Amino acid sequence: MQRYSGFSLVKHALSHHENWQRHWRNPTPKKRYDVIIVGGGGHGLATAWYLAKEFGITNVAVIEKGWLGGGNTARNTTIVRSNYLWDEAAQLYNHSLDLWKGLSQDLNYNVMFSQRGVLNLAHTLQDMRDVQRRVNANRLNGIDSEVVTPAQIKEIEPALDTSKRARYPVMGASWQKSAGVARHDAVAWGYARGADSLGVDLLQNTEVTGFKIRDGKVFGVHTNRGDIEANTVGCVAAGNSGVLASMAGFKLPLESHPLQALVSEPLKPILNTVTMSNHVHGYVSQSDKGDLVIGAGIDGYLGYGQRGSFPTVEHTLQAIVEMFPMFSRVRMNRQWGGIVDTCPDACPILSKTKVKGLYFNCGWGTGGFKATPGSGHVFAASLAKGEMHPIAAPFSIDRFHTGALIDEHGAAGVAH
Amino acid sequence: MFYIHCPYCGERREEEEFHPNGQAHLVRPADPDSVSDEEWGDYLFFRDNPRGIHHEMWVHRLGCRKFFNITRNTTTYEILETYPMGEQPTITAETAKVRHEQGVQTADGGWQTVGARPENSTLNEETPS
Repeated sequence: MQRYSGFSLVKHALSHHENWQRHWRNPTPKKRYDVIIVGGGGHGLATAWYLAKEFGITNVAVIEKGWLGGGNTARNTTIVRSNYLWDEAAQLYNHSLDLWKGLSQDLNYNVMFSQRGVLNLAHTLQDMRDVQRRVNANRLNGIDSEVVTPAQIKEIEPALDTSKRARYPVMGASWQKSAGVARHDAVAWGYARGADSLGVDLLQNTEVTGFKIRDGKVFGVHTNRGDIEANTVGCVAAGNSGVLASMAGFKLPLESHPLQALVSEPLKPILNTVTMSNHVHGYVSQSDKGDLVIGAGIDGYLGYGQRGSFPTVEHTLQAIVEMFPMFSRVRMNRQWGGIVDTCPDACPILSKTKVKGLYFNCGWGTGGFKATPGSGHVFAASLAKGEMHPIAAPFSIDRFHTGALIDEHGAAGVAH
Repeated sequence: MFYIHCPYCGERREEEEFHPNGQAHLVRPADPDSVSDEEWGDYLFFRDNPRGIHHEMWVHRLGCRKFFNITRNTTTYEILETYPMGEQPTITAETAKVRHEQGVQTADGGWQTVGARPENSTLNEETPS
């Protein structure tokens, strides 16, 4: 792998930047691998990279039906935070946040991780109680969370309407300073480039059409480019996980919904941080390019069309203008929808299945981007050892039958 | 934006008057005390999540406030029929496949379509008032 550095930039400038190496190869599928990852988004690529780097398993294929990082990895609002209420979730997302901090160096690829902080606003007394409860829980789990007053919020984010005139006046917020945003595409590309350099085959335009299962044990997959064998298969297919599960003969407690986001025309720097509000239901940050990156809720019905409905766009922008009245005349540039696989308890599934050797990592719903490194790391550890990593263990699919749910709905300030 | 035909009001109205409520035709176990944890978990949490024909319950929230069912395609978003509670769908994944093979389609497969039973197809020509 060609390493990136200031020196290489100068060197390549001499040849007009025409001789940079390609990020990754485009290999023909082999007949057999040690591990197959189905799904070449952020989580799948991260899993492949950690498998190769930390666990020494390099005979790995990542099978992607479209192009790398073309699904929800390219369709989110890039927020990274770990202020979740319950211990299990806090562990998982905080593990991820720790990995984010050194990610650009680890990958030799600038993922533009910017720890600019996240505000989760409270607009009612109950919101305030929830914020205080969550902040206390966070601090017990070693997460840097604090309760801030409207005056402090005004200092952090002057553009926000903290006046008493607002329809839903801001009463306070939780503030996680170590949270922030990252460049979503770069995360996928960095992991892909790293995995490829360690020998992982990234198979694009390859669609899994079925699993090869014998005696309750998986031994490969059928694809549109022929059969590929492996005794360990990890499915990381987000919105299409349910479709894969039905190929393997079982159901997942997932529902696929469109979640949309928008970006505005580029503006001069105006936002310092990420502002989320559960109550007026919207969240916004500003990218380094200058556009406002805006998101809100899912469309309530099932859908696999990667677009969203107009009523949701309207509600989203109502929420943003309620928080930032000065944005009322900002024009939106682009809008897109990703298919999120939501779980009944708003926590992911990282689990073995009743088919031996077949693992699923799915159900991240509306908040998977922030977990990319952590999810990849614990899932790779589980695939390598054949036993779920301790951080991943509570997220077993069994919890929907035992009742040990991790109920993060709303409690974590997740804006659904 | 959907235009949805409410089978009770007999009118096609905008999506915002309605609210989706998930999978239709779920049956609560008759005797919850006697079911296993698996059966109870399946009833509570496990839902159909198909790419294609899906039967789902909606409520005419800002209208008559009654619940009814919709058969809809989750990839094209085409609404194939709406029918009151207690009735069974006339279009299912199996029959839709046959119709598709015979080249019969009720609408253009676009994402904005009309909700009405095929036999009431005159409703499809109305424009919303």
